[in-house]
Amino acid sequence: MSRAPRTLFEKVWQQHVVEQEPDSPAVLYVDLHLIHEVTSPQAFAGLRQRGLKVRRPDRTVATMDHGTPTQALDSELMEVQVARQIQQLETNCRDFGVRLYDLADEQRGIVHVMGPELGLTHPGMTIVCGDSHTSTHGAFGALAFGIGTSEVEGVLATQCLLQRRPKTFEVRLAGRPPQGVTAKDLILAFIAQVGVEAGRGYVIEYTGEAVQALDMEGRMTVCNMSIEAGARAGMIAPDDTTFQYLAGREFAPQGASWDAALERWRRLPSDPGSSYDKRVTLDVTRLEPMITYGTNPGMAIPISSPVPGPETFADPAQRAAVEKALAYMDLQPGKPLLGHPVDVVFLGSCTNSRLSDLRQAAALLSGRKVAPGVRMLVVPGSQVVKRQAEAEGLDRVFKAAGAEWRESGCSMCIAMNGDQLQPGQYAVSTSNRNFEGRQGRGGRTFLASPLTAVAAAVAGAVSDPRTLM
Amino acid sequence: MTHFPDIVSHAVLLPEDDVDTDQIIPARFLKVVDKRGLGEALFADWRYRRDGTPDPEFALNRPQAQGAQILLAGRNFGCGSSREHAAWALRGWGLRAVIAPSFADIFRGNALKNGLLPVQIQDEDHQRLVALVQREPAARFTVDLTAQLLVPPAGDPLPFPIDPFSKRCLLEGMDPLTYLLSLEPRIQQYEARHEHTQSA
Ligand code: SF4
Repeated sequence: MSRAPRTLFEKVWQQHVVEQEPDSPAVLYVDLHLIHEVTSPQAFAGLRQRGLKVRRPDRTVATMDHGTPTQALDSELMEVQVARQIQQLETNCRDFGVRLYDLADEQRGIVHVMGPELGLTHPGMTIVCGDSHTSTHGAFGALAFGIGTSEVEGVLATQCLLQRRPKTFEVRLAGRPPQGVTAKDLILAFIAQVGVEAGRGYVIEYTGEAVQALDMEGRMTVCNMSIEAGARAGMIAPDDTTFQYLAGREFAPQGASWDAALERWRRLPSDPGSSYDKRVTLDVTRLEPMITYGTNPGMAIPISSPVPGPETFADPAQRAAVEKALAYMDLQPGKPLLGHPVDVVFLGSCTNSRLSDLRQAAALLSGRKVAPGVRMLVVPGSQVVKRQAEAEGLDRVFKAAGAEWRESGCSMCIAMNGDQLQPGQYAVSTSNRNFEGRQGRGGRTFLASPLTAVAAAVAGAVSDPRTLM
Repeated sequence: MTHFPDIVSHAVLLPEDDVDTDQIIPARFLKVVDKRGLGEALFADWRYRRDGTPDPEFALNRPQAQGAQILLAGRNFGCGSSREHAAWALRGWGLRAVIAPSFADIFRGNALKNGLLPVQIQDEDHQRLVALVQREPAARFTVDLTAQLLVPPAGDPLPFPIDPFSKRCLLEGMDPLTYLLSLEPRIQQYEARHEHTQSA
């Protein structure tokens, strides 16, 4: 029997539809539900009010990451409110039988770093979390997206989610990027090209040579920022790179079930001749390292380019937005960003805090120093990453250069735990959002890759990492 | 009886594009364990100066904004994080509808689940309404969910889209979770069919 070619997304979607009544959204089964301390308390409170249980505690995994301290895992450093959220999560997980990676756990980490690392994330799964960067897990060929707290409550209670079927968007990254251009630069270049609204209503599938050539950590960086293009989810077809990453991880299938899983997973990639609702191709062969200059992730430029003037934008709304952004950032249009002084460098977040990020950064920083007056914060994505990095001596490279080496957590990506910018400060940050005040009220963020972050730390100013390579 | 009576109100104007959830409710206010009290922190970094006093220039602080149940916003309103706190904060301040040319996906869903109606209109109509409210801040609008119409003080009513399920939930007071719970037998069948192929 022949059937119409289907995309990766369509295969995963169809396999998870429990019910589809006319005039109602699809009821989608959720294979893995990740939770954290900030977006779950109200959901558990809802369960209690209704007298409901967590339907599948075995498909639910909790961590604490958003507000947790990174200085020392000492609750005395925690603000009262954060401590209450942490306690609340402990109580909720205990009462409802949910597996929790608590503060003391050696495997705890940022939810989107920890899940893949433990082998919880599998190709073909549906994965949700009360966090928009759940799109990260799409790197494995899973359909993964962020949900609100009401939906967290619904998934806890029923393991299902009401969802209207999104459209499909193929983003082809063609060619191989030049040296010094990383996964982060690819995704920033894509968002700069299409804008922060282009993905709304779509699930992106990233294809093309540049995507296939990425390792799993690079693929996670790309999928992570799908939400910054407005898409709820980004996916990449699973292949041998995916399977090799997964093999042997704690929660990956073992033995005969591994073989069976492999057979299923190999059928997931989009069939030849599949059609998408929208397609974009980006030639990556001439890209430069990218950096943002404004207050949304679409406001990005090649690092050697000048800051664009508002008048170069045809759309009046965009012109106004760039004008406002430049005022907030206190930047002059037409001037290069290169050489602009930087106060803080943040290497961390679920976009760029995995071992490969830290390795790349340490390799560039080795034998060099963080410029005087610059504060560099290195925050590994998980405790596992932290220990691996320490085993390789990466922490010594960072510390010798004058950087701070921290415990894992979201840290200055969201600035909830006290790691934050002061008003007016400039940061080069490897995280995913440069919104006003995101890294601390009045703080100004330049988003870039770990390599560009190191270059900035060394120079004390925005700097091209290729000059150090 | 409808659970979502018509909204008749003047509108607060905040027409910038891409207003993200970090502006609607900055992260430091997410350290709460309930949904209440967030109206105070709505747009905190735009609404209050560094010393904590209200900035009289900011739209929500102007005298004419008081009591408004409608926010007239710009494109891609609510982009960024999935925090439902954004919807709770807008509701907490007293808003029941946001009019904009487009909304971020997750925000739209969160808003609908909290009785905050996303009213999506065409760009040209939006520009007209923005000009109107700039001229006449007291102009009153009616939002009729049953008819899916936004009625400006003058000119034609503007239709807006909403998916039938969310509409039913709002008008009939039906709760999505109650619907999901009613599907328990179907969920069990699904699990029986699929359990062996999916690990957790
Ligand atoms: S690191 Fe940043 S983006 Fe990632 S989960 Fe934490 S707060 Fe969200």
